[in-house]
Amino acid sequence: MAEMTVDLVSVERKIWTGQASFVLARTTVGEIGILPGHEPTLAQLEEAGVVRIDTTDGQSLTVAVHGGFLSVTPDHVSILAEFAELSEEIDVDRARAALDRADGSDESGAAARARAEARLKAAGVQ
Amino acid sequence: MAAQIRVLRRRIRSTQSIKKITRAMELIATSRIAKARARVEQSRPYAELMTSVLSELASNAALDHPLLVERPDAKRAAVLVVTSDRGQAGGYNANVLKETEQLRSLLREQGKEPVLYVIGRKGVNYYRFRRQAVAQSWTGFSEQPEYIHAAEVARTLVDAFMVGSEGRTGEGEDGVQGVDELHLVYTQFRNMVSQTPQARRMAPMEVEYVGAESSIDAASETETGGATGVTAGEAREQSSGPKALYEFEPDADELFDALLPKYVGARLFAALLDAAASESANRQRAMKAATDNANELIRTLTLEANQARQAQITQEISEIVGGADALVTAGSES
Repeated sequence: MAEMTVDLVSVERKIWTGQASFVLARTTVGEIGILPGHEPTLAQLEEAGVVRIDTTDGQSLTVAVHGGFLSVTPDHVSILAEFAELSEEIDVDRARAALDRADGSDESGAAARARAEARLKAAGVQ
Repeated sequence: MAAQIRVLRRRIRSTQSIKKITRAMELIATSRIAKARARVEQSRPYAELMTSVLSELASNAALDHPLLVERPDAKRAAVLVVTSDRGQAGGYNANVLKETEQLRSLLREQGKEPVLYVIGRKGVNYYRFRRQAVAQSWTGFSEQPEYIHAAEVARTLVDAFMVGSEGRTGEGEDGVQGVDELHLVYTQFRNMVSQTPQARRMAPMEVEYVGAESSIDAASETETGGATGVTAGEAREQSSGPKALYEFEPDADELFDALLPKYVGARLFAALLDAAASESANRQRAMKAATDNANELIRTLTLEANQARQAQITQEISEIVGGADALVTAGSES
């Protein structure tokens, strides 16, 4: 099976790296699915979004990515994020609390809300 | 005599407890250096990827983003000073603040008005004591900076930069007058024994090229005053060759606009980590010196106390002998 190397790095650390067969992300323009051999692409991801990585050993990783960029070459995908959390690292209670707290009326509140929603979605509860 | 011994003993005890504190601080600082160094390592993959993505974009996008273009009549320049929250770090803060003063006078000579932004309680206090205006300050994270902090500072600075010295950020009264340049003063961690204060210009960035190839190595900061790098205008003329066929989503210019502020944030975060490592290294050295001094002091005081005790014993013996002699003489006379 065709595969590609995926690097997921946040500013503070490298979060995950490994072989994958499929990456699903949502850019500012729309959803993008990447299979090995994809055309070279640079994309800006949604400010707060969810990225799915299907690894070659059949697992599926879900990651909440904030302020991310995507760089794709035929055999390599790099996801650059300001913050990123793997689904199992996400503290659902805290994300819920953040969602309740977030006041969507102003700009920063709406951003916080979107972040909390992305985290809950990545954790698979919403 | 007895009073003197008591005083000496008391001083020894207090020196010993001071030593315990300085020793503990030294150990903490030592472990913090290692942690900060490890975090610098961990943040490297992002920086490298960011640089390669930027290089790719720079050859496809128009290099006319405000963050890249020199402003000919720059009037106000922001100076961001990275100091520590706590003292006991030797000359760490003094050195950074001295470097800042130099940069400020240099900017004034160039006809630009320096605007202060301060990170760290020590810097805030320094300028408050001297009654100098500080545009904005952040405290509480100098030893263990997180990216959130760097991002917040970077956003404030980039906002101020984008509006320029003519405009104001925000609305109404809260607005702060913008700036035309961003400078950063922090302490670079060279190794365990050498940390040097550094003044760098964060914006406008200068784009550096490697050799004849038109790929950009890094849109890097340059040392203030230094004339390295090629300006954006010249760089563009050189970069007229065939490009790798990348697709951009959204288009290259928009991506560039979104990436550059994040790049500033990442660079600032790296600087904060470096500063944190330097702070810990300075504190470790200062506390080691303090512990050594305490040991030395304890040694001399113990010596003095022992001498005093011996002198007291000698005196007591001679008093007893003298008394016994007097009794013997008195007995033989009767």
